[in-house]
Amino acid sequence: MLALRDVHTYYGKSHILHGVTIDVGPGEVVGLLGRNGVGKSTTLKTICGLVRPAEGRVEFEGRNVAGWAPHKLPPLGIAYVPEDRRIFRLLTVLENLRTGLDRRGVTEARRQQLLEKVYHHFPVLRERRNQAGGTLSGGEQQMLAIARAMMLEPKIILLDEPTEGLMPRMVGQIREIIRVLHEERVAILLVEQNLPLTLEVSSRVYLMEKGIVRHQATPDELRQQHDVIRQYLGV
Amino acid sequence: MSVGIPLDQIAIQTVNGIVNGMILALVASGLTLIFGIMDVVNFAHGDLVMLGGFTGASTLALTGNFWLALLVAALTIAVLGAALQASTLRPLLGRDPLTTILATFGMSLVLQKYAIWQWGPSARSLKEPITGQFTLFYLQYPWYRVATAVLAAAIIGGLYAFLKYGRYGIWIRATTQDRIMAQAMGIPVPIVHTVVFAIGASMAAASGVLFGPLGGVTQNMGADFTLRAFIVVVVGGMGNLGGSIMASIFISLLEAYASLVVSPAQAVIVSFMALILTLLFRPTGLFVPTPK
Repeated sequence: MLALRDVHTYYGKSHILHGVTIDVGPGEVVGLLGRNGVGKSTTLKTICGLVRPAEGRVEFEGRNVAGWAPHKLPPLGIAYVPEDRRIFRLLTVLENLRTGLDRRGVTEARRQQLLEKVYHHFPVLRERRNQAGGTLSGGEQQMLAIARAMMLEPKIILLDEPTEGLMPRMVGQIREIIRVLHEERVAILLVEQNLPLTLEVSSRVYLMEKGIVRHQATPDELRQQHDVIRQYLGV
Repeated sequence: MSVGIPLDQIAIQTVNGIVNGMILALVASGLTLIFGIMDVVNFAHGDLVMLGGFTGASTLALTGNFWLALLVAALTIAVLGAALQASTLRPLLGRDPLTTILATFGMSLVLQKYAIWQWGPSARSLKEPITGQFTLFYLQYPWYRVATAVLAAAIIGGLYAFLKYGRYGIWIRATTQDRIMAQAMGIPVPIVHTVVFAIGASMAAASGVLFGPLGGVTQNMGADFTLRAFIVVVVGGMGNLGGSIMASIFISLLEAYASLVVSPAQAVIVSFMALILTLLFRPTGLFVPTPK
């Protein structure tokens, strides 16, 4: 469904991605691991159009979307949850959700259904629906960021370090929503530092180093490959 | 009163200040909306007021209907604003602010020269649609002035309701807060920018028509409106809609009260003083919460 082929990306003159190749199948949860600064976030930004690749193809359902304006990708089914969450701080929780709901072809019934679904999984968002997004705690903002992406009814969600800085209880909720999305056949490309979580929820894991994918394995294989983990993750 | 100004004069100047403030607020809210969403200080904003006034005057001469003239001017200048934004500002988005300042300054000059070419150098006046007066202490106060304030308030209220409750209002507010994330949520940011510029332009045009019967329309009236709106936008907090409206009334009241003591031409000085004091002591604006 999503296929990156030899993608090169630059920030100004610095060469960040050196030919990244990644595949994500429909409904598949794929982990993307690596140390800080190896280009994991840049890979996600390149997929959702926020960074333009200099070379290579970003194929989504057979179409090369590399270089497309970012706002044209969510209608295809690509949703992005950035590392810093980027909640619209002055909009209420409900208005944050509406940024994903107020689009063409969503009936009133469907809107209610989608809202009910995220309120069911994240009851705190229902309680705080009329509160400004900026007043939520870090964990609540993370839930809102994921819920907001779910409003787009995406085929794939690009999740950038969703558990960073969260309390263990909140991490549990993130794990649970990844499981629910997986059940609903929504694909996820998960960038994480949390190795146990990534190995638990992913069906395949890519390991990145210096802007390139060096290794690919299933979680079971990777659990045995202590040297690989040490080499690419330093743990 | 220690300076011996009769209370009735203060009351009259309060009404004047609020009326002038509402017309100014109509101009300034467009300016602040445009700044808030695309970081562009639109130096041609006053010229859109002027073009609105002229378009209104021509339509009024042709049809004899003031309200139709108001509508035609607002729509025409909205389309012009959209074209100006798409052709001149969209390609400059994200560049150094100086680039867009120069671009809008250039737009201002072009629009002024166009107005001279189209309408000539002499002033046009519009006949007010409401001619009655009422007694305000010793004055016969025109109902039209009150009507402009009410209408300006209604237009601003409509804008506020649209931003708060309208589907595309959410798009505008989201884009204002975080352009990147708005795009990632599928909001067509380039189109939102153009629409916001068109809305700002049409509000400017509406104020040009409303102001026409009070002060007339001249091809060089734009600079004065741009300057006053700019003062208000800074005092109210750049990009803050509510702040700009409060500041419009605040500055207009200051000027109205000052003109009780000094001549109206000198009274303008107090708004510059307010600008300088704001920049010195509270550069984020008077009517915004203290930034943390």
